[in-house]
Amino acid sequence: MSDQLLWFTTRGAGIVSLILLTAVVCLGITTAIRWQSSEWPRFLTAQLHRNIALLSVAFVAVHVVTSVIDPFTSLGWAAALIPFSSYYRTIWLGLGVISMELTLAVIVTSLLRDRIGRRVWRTVHWLSYAAWPLGVVHGFGTGSDATAVWMLAIQGGCVLAVGLCVIWRLETDRSARRRAEIDARGDVVPWV
Amino acid sequence: MAHVITIDRIRCDGYGMCAELLPEMIELDDWGYPILRAGPIPHQLVSHARRAVDVCPVLALRLRTAVPANARS
Repeated sequence: MSDQLLWFTTRGAGIVSLILLTAVVCLGITTAIRWQSSEWPRFLTAQLHRNIALLSVAFVAVHVVTSVIDPFTSLGWAAALIPFSSYYRTIWLGLGVISMELTLAVIVTSLLRDRIGRRVWRTVHWLSYAAWPLGVVHGFGTGSDATAVWMLAIQGGCVLAVGLCVIWRLETDRSARRRAEIDARGDVVPWV
Repeated sequence: MAHVITIDRIRCDGYGMCAELLPEMIELDDWGYPILRAGPIPHQLVSHARRAVDVCPVLALRLRTAVPANARS
């Protein structure tokens, strides 16, 4: 067991990272949509979005560090930082590396938001829509537990959650645009 | 040193989180845009003001230190 401790830690931290980052994406979309209810103010969504994102950094770090120092694969640090440089499962690991680096870019620019300005920050923030799916594909492609029933359920749940949030956002944007067009035309027809 | 909040009206998108976090100083109009109460922020509210500024998704708020009128030379 003890010689496999790192390996189990890698797997566990990867799964927790997936769940946390899924929550982060969903909360980010919920912030953008401006959803709120009487029990759930908007700042709560935004603050959870931020805090869970910061928490996920710790789990991703554990996931990466334990997989590098685990002697079983002897990946080396280059494999963890340079996409597609790993001899071991080159493609799947490479996608994970890209996902991690995009996520890191999104988080660092968010922390420096005040200094780099809103436009740069927003632009980089859109990368989340690339980072999250890459992470999912990485997990599905190379995760040791990827085809276990419980893990399929977790992955399916995560994809479903983000998928629904994206549809929700597109629908909200569309109806907002329609409302804006009607407002801009200003042709209120009172007799209809 | 007194603190004041300033709003960049062009940036503001009416997310309304500032009014949730600093209701003592900010309320929302019918369209969800903030109305600031005039005057400096009371000392005990400065940390709340900082959070309100921090949470704004479009960076439309600024917390500034205002020099009191009677301190100007």
